Amino acid sequence: MQRSFLQRFSIVGLYLWGFRISVLLIVVWGSFGTFQAGCPSVFTLCAFKSRYSADVWLDLLVYGLSQGSVYALIALGYTMVYGILRMINFAHGDVFMAGAYTAYYLAAAFGRAGFLNRHPLLSLAAVLALAMITAMSIALVLERVAYRPLRRAPRLIPLISAIGASFFIEYAFRGFFGSGFQAYPEWQIFKGEWAIAGVGILRTQAVVIVAAVALMVVLYGFVMRTKTGTAMRAVSEDLEVASLMGIDVDRVIVITFGIGGAAAGAAGVLYALVFKQVHFFMGFFPGIKAFTAAVLGGIGNIPGAMLGGVFLGIFESMGPILILEGLRVPGIYPGGIPAPYQLKDVIAFTMLVMVLIFRPSGILGERLATKKA
Amino acid sequence: MALLELENVHVYYGNIHALKGISIQVEEGEVVAMLGANGAGKTTTLRTISGLLRPREGRVHLRGESIDTMPPHVIVHKGVGHAPEGRRIFARLTVEENLMMGAYARADPHGIKEDLDRVFALFPRLKERISQVAGTLSGGEQQMLAIGRALMARPRILLLDEPSMGLAPVLVEQIFETLKTINTQGTTILLVEQNAYMALTIAARGYVLQTGEIALSGKAAELQANEEVRRAYLGG
Repeated sequence: MQRSFLQRFSIVGLYLWGFRISVLLIVVWGSFGTFQAGCPSVFTLCAFKSRYSADVWLDLLVYGLSQGSVYALIALGYTMVYGILRMINFAHGDVFMAGAYTAYYLAAAFGRAGFLNRHPLLSLAAVLALAMITAMSIALVLERVAYRPLRRAPRLIPLISAIGASFFIEYAFRGFFGSGFQAYPEWQIFKGEWAIAGVGILRTQAVVIVAAVALMVVLYGFVMRTKTGTAMRAVSEDLEVASLMGIDVDRVIVITFGIGGAAAGAAGVLYALVFKQVHFFMGFFPGIKAFTAAVLGGIGNIPGAMLGGVFLGIFESMGPILILEGLRVPGIYPGGIPAPYQLKDVIAFTMLVMVLIFRPSGILGERLATKKA
Repeated sequence: MALLELENVHVYYGNIHALKGISIQVEEGEVVAMLGANGAGKTTTLRTISGLLRPREGRVHLRGESIDTMPPHVIVHKGVGHAPEGRRIFARLTVEENLMMGAYARADPHGIKEDLDRVFALFPRLKERISQVAGTLSGGEQQMLAIGRALMARPRILLLDEPSMGLAPVLVEQIFETLKTINTQGTTILLVEQNAYMALTIAARGYVLQTGEIALSGKAAELQANEEVRRAYLGG
């Protein structure tokens, strides 16, 4: 029977609608304000023009893309593990840190020996390889020690184990390598800009985007085209039936952790290329951001994680200027919110909350109810 | 020596005693039916054979070798194919990928190709839909895929759990015709069915399960003639 309008009306529903509408209003109002730079008052429309030139917007876009592709690489690990075990591996951000941190020592040694700039590509490849191998090994140990014994435990238990493992890795690195920042050596040829199609693009960011995209293409090809990749997808759909096909499920889980770990390790080096430092706690925020990206794209969905990562990176990079700078609040911030960039994490996590409330299945995911969640 | 032999198998779900000493024999080349009401333990029996459940007591032998402590993927390798209840095809994989997953444990490309052709000969509909995502198939096609997928491992014995479930009568007949063909091509079949009438038309022998025990066993014709079986499962 069709329920009447009044019966469908609920306080929570009203609240959620209010929330949706106010977020929408803030976004529209803020973006509108941003493109009216120089107008004397909020209510007089004088010009469709922002304070920034097209170059600045393009820089933000490229920066967002490079950040986003790093998020995407990390998000793959979250999403693949979730797809198979229905578990969030919260130590994944620290796997990322471990890769970047370990490879730092190789990069620093290369730097001292001068090898870094004599053979820039070779040295970058070696640094990446070491980061990937380290991160993969740590991910494999994690799976064996922290998760496999809990495979049949209630779902909360491995989650707690993951948080414990996360602290363990962080403080192990702190204990061994100190709590300070270590400056990543810089490759001379990645300094400055390249002019691509007449537009200046920071070389580090170009390298990050190219490397991340290449890795993602390889990984996607592996999952979609190889027998092992197909087995991974089969296990993520139905673990029990996969074992009835003769698939060694434990082995597939190990491969999944290994690939996810390697991708995170590579992401760690790329992240360090941009920010030029490593720190024992550096995995925390990118880890949570990548988790957000995975949820955004639809957790368990591999193309979704890539899309979610890139989208989050761009949104986080352009959002503050686009939405917040022009957000004039009469009486409090008549000229828009000052230093909007400080709020980029707020924007990212608002997005996480919004996705969880309004579309828990993410952009590409199916409804969680249809899975055996 | 029987191809498959269950010897006094006891299985528990927690404290629930689901199988209370089941003994079953399946000879090479036979079609054996397992009948019984919901909850009698038919699916549990198949899951125990495949290694998804462990017997607390008793043994499962495949050609004399004890398989009850082996993990499922090894048991597949030993020659047990299982088309589980509710079809459970990989809905997001294509028909071809589903079939190739069935052959996962094998490393003989020629044999795999042969079996692929065999499955397509048995179920021409699958060939037409080879690159279609399996979740978009009809119920009958999904059942064909589930059986074909289990055949791709080239099993000695095929365990089928309710192949007629949710299918139109005409499709059920088609599927059972195909099962007969599969059997004459040399695959032994252990068939679990609610549809006792259809099951007994292709089976040589049958077991009737009741609350985790074998209540009755015998030749198909005997079971068909048995008063109790007629009343309980054959609707007359």
